[in-house]
Amino acid sequence: MNEVAHTDFEQMLRRALAPVDPPEHLKTRLESTLQEITDAAVDELESWEIGAMRDPRNWVRPVVATAAGATAGTALVILRVRAQRKKHQAASKNPLDLAQRTLRAARDEARKLARHDD
Amino acid sequence: MEPKDKARLDREFSELYSSHLRDVYSYAYYRVGNHHDAEDLTEQTFLQAYRHFERAQAESHGRPLRPWLIRIAHNLAANLYRDRARRPQAPIDDTTVLSAMHTTEDLVEGRDELARIIAGIKHLPEERREALIMRFALGMDNREIARAMGKTDGATKVLLHRAIKQLEEIVKTS
Repeated sequence: MNEVAHTDFEQMLRRALAPVDPPEHLKTRLESTLQEITDAAVDELESWEIGAMRDPRNWVRPVVATAAGATAGTALVILRVRAQRKKHQAASKNPLDLAQRTLRAARDEARKLARHDD
Repeated sequence: MEPKDKARLDREFSELYSSHLRDVYSYAYYRVGNHHDAEDLTEQTFLQAYRHFERAQAESHGRPLRPWLIRIAHNLAANLYRDRARRPQAPIDDTTVLSAMHTTEDLVEGRDELARIIAGIKHLPEERREALIMRFALGMDNREIARAMGKTDGATKVLLHRAIKQLEEIVKTS
């Protein structure tokens, strides 16, 4: 195939693979999700109350906020808390006690890191 | 992280999102072949990008982040297919693609050949198809494609050349 035909083919290819606009509902959904995660990352880490965490169903949002809101620092918190988990398991009276110890440890590690950053 | 740093990061992420939403969606659509999965893939791509944005920015040394975004989408798409334990069927919705053409003249003169090209793309090996999507749907240059695919510039140039040649052959014989 000669050069002109080759260029024509590439033009056809460009038309065949025309960019596709994302649907409006996707934009709305995605922007709202990103906004929620951004806000949650700030708010929920600031007001992290053990009392509100008795129900395991409430654990998801702070974890998501933690993962999304801060990067290396929070990853470090999670690693440190995981490292302490065996110790907590041995010391815990029941699953709720273990959850509270784990959350307390996460909060303490986050504070340590915050102090370290200051 | 200081609040002002977080505010700056969020603002810059928002710019990245606005600039490249269409790119990510186009890539996702041509990669998975339907709007439903393309929406999920686009959403997951930006959520993962947000999570790792600070590090990516630090490691980019000022280079554009589009290849990094597309690489995330590429990895997520690969996971999607692996999880479903099947090969990509790529049932590209021809009506949507053809509706991107604007004029009546286009519709009359080009429809048949475009349809054959779209059908031909489906028969390309995955890597070649991806390279063509990045070049022609997203307008990425060789260097950007190389970064997105984790290849050298030279290997990318060869990959694109072979992809176009193979597609030409497919269209010619169809």
